[in-house]
Amino acid sequence: MKRILLLSVIIAMFAACNSGTNNSKKSDDKKSVAITAAGATFPLPFYNMIFKKYSSESGTLVTYGGIGSGGGIRSLKDRLVDFGATDAFLSESKMKDLPAEIVHIPTCLGAVVIAYNLPGYDGIKLTPDLLAGIFMGEITKWNDAKIQANNKDLIMPNKQITVVYRSDGSGTTNIFSDYMSKISTEWASEIGVGKSLNWKTGIGAKGNPGVAGTIQATEGSVGYVGSEYAFEQNIQTALLKNAAGNYIKPSIQSISASAQGELPANTCIMLTNSSAVDAYPISGFTWLILYKEQNYNNRSFAQAEATLKLLDWVVSNEAQSSASKVNYAPLPEKAVKQAKEILRSVTFNGEVILK
Amino acid sequence: MKSDKIFKYLLFSASFLVIIVAAGMVFTLSSGAIPAFKEFGLKFIISNQWNPTEGRESYGALPFIAGTVITSVIALLLCIPLAFSTSLFIAEYFYKKRVAMFLSTMVDLLAGIPSIVYGLWGFYVLRPFIVELGLSPQGYGIFTASLILAIMIIPYATSLSSEIISMVPNDLKEAAYAMGATRLEVIFNVILPNARSGIFASFILAFGRALGETMAVTMLIGNSNIVPTGLFQTGNTMASVIANQFGEADGLKLSSLIAIGLILFVITGLINAIGKLIIKKLA
Repeated sequence: MKRILLLSVIIAMFAACNSGTNNSKKSDDKKSVAITAAGATFPLPFYNMIFKKYSSESGTLVTYGGIGSGGGIRSLKDRLVDFGATDAFLSESKMKDLPAEIVHIPTCLGAVVIAYNLPGYDGIKLTPDLLAGIFMGEITKWNDAKIQANNKDLIMPNKQITVVYRSDGSGTTNIFSDYMSKISTEWASEIGVGKSLNWKTGIGAKGNPGVAGTIQATEGSVGYVGSEYAFEQNIQTALLKNAAGNYIKPSIQSISASAQGELPANTCIMLTNSSAVDAYPISGFTWLILYKEQNYNNRSFAQAEATLKLLDWVVSNEAQSSASKVNYAPLPEKAVKQAKEILRSVTFNGEVILK
Repeated sequence: MKSDKIFKYLLFSASFLVIIVAAGMVFTLSSGAIPAFKEFGLKFIISNQWNPTEGRESYGALPFIAGTVITSVIALLLCIPLAFSTSLFIAEYFYKKRVAMFLSTMVDLLAGIPSIVYGLWGFYVLRPFIVELGLSPQGYGIFTASLILAIMIIPYATSLSSEIISMVPNDLKEAAYAMGATRLEVIFNVILPNARSGIFASFILAFGRALGETMAVTMLIGNSNIVPTGLFQTGNTMASVIANQFGEADGLKLSSLIAIGLILFVITGLINAIGKLIIKKLA
């Protein structure tokens, strides 16, 4: 009796243990499917707006979680979402880490602005050298001679500079560090490019909203955020000197100006430090990533079709024209064309889904 | 009796389940941490490099171990006088009076506040206050985090201490008073020696809580992956770095984070074991 009871308890415990994390997503073909996605916080204002519109107009509920580009890639890798979002496209070697081939769909262009908190000191001008000095901890005070020399019309205050960066894996960090590596050889060798970096100075905050909130609450702080966060919350932004030597304010025109060059077939390209005269130097695409072969993990055809229909709508004129409402730039013509082509290469059981 | 037997088996299986879960956790942590230890060896524990940049990845746990230990120790040091005085107030000076009941309820309320709410309060109230006092230009750092930790662990230390102090036999105290001892002398010569193992246990409990605290700390400590060299410098703790970077870590980084979790587990276990030893000696 004793042994039987003990044995049954052990068996019950093992039966209750889940052996893996691959849950099959059963979607009801008859009811409207729900689409889940997660990833970058950089385009979050844009995605929130268009996904809400799509949910209400098409009846397909779309939920998006802003957990950072790194989180988006990981969620897609773990097959927890229909698609992920990232501002850091995956390199060849990184794509090998994923269980299957993925495609990148660009959705819009955004700017990474340098936001700061110095009440009464609007329009601070920063050159690439000043940026490198500040973010590497070499320039520690706002009234440092170098900053003052570049801003002759302001009397810089004697305040400590507090750098704010992303503590989580961020595509925004990737765009920013890509630009910094291009304009500073010291940065390129000591810090490099990536979603997470080995920062020399400063404090970390989680997500674009975290950085924006921290900058707003901390006088003397400076950091990099997605443009919409700075505009929406009226945070001061610095004017940056671009490669052509002009001080540019982040705007839809200056962001679009940096996307005039050649685009590779898979749309994966960094747009920072563009040589165009009016280009804002820290601009970038943001992408949605999904598996090329949509039949995985017991996915239904309806689910795959709904996902692709949504993505097709995101690059369509209707969604793109609303990007300006949240200060994001719409995709240039050729990016839309290539995005649509890529969408039409996504298959279900080998057969193309969108005709 | 049949019902006796069944009850006994139920209790055995429940305890067995707890053991299995604890062992399972140690096993998962260890197996997850192996890639990191394979790559970096035991140098992982003393290395202060935390470089997640792709292509030059190198991880070390020292900044986080230092941050955790420093903030917890400072929090405990700040908490001890406050908790001790409060527990004396509740259990000795105003024992069973209404004001003591009220204070005890308030302290228990502090224990019930969720960690994230502490973090929010710390971010919007405590931090600007520290900036105003001129102690630090931006208010984040070891000191602020330790301060909030101290507030969070006071209830744990207080409630247990006051219980223990109230259990000191009255005859002992009255005998001391009869011999002409002052209040202070009774406290330090009768109550304290009698209750010291229990009071020490309550501080160990509070310390253990401080070691593992995540949300409040991560909002106030500044999340910089360096070994802090000053009281008002920013730093990071083990629980905080795991919370921040776990969501999207994979490969070597994930293994390093799990290794940090394992180290935290071991440190907490060690503190508990040492605490038990000292309590035995004190009793």
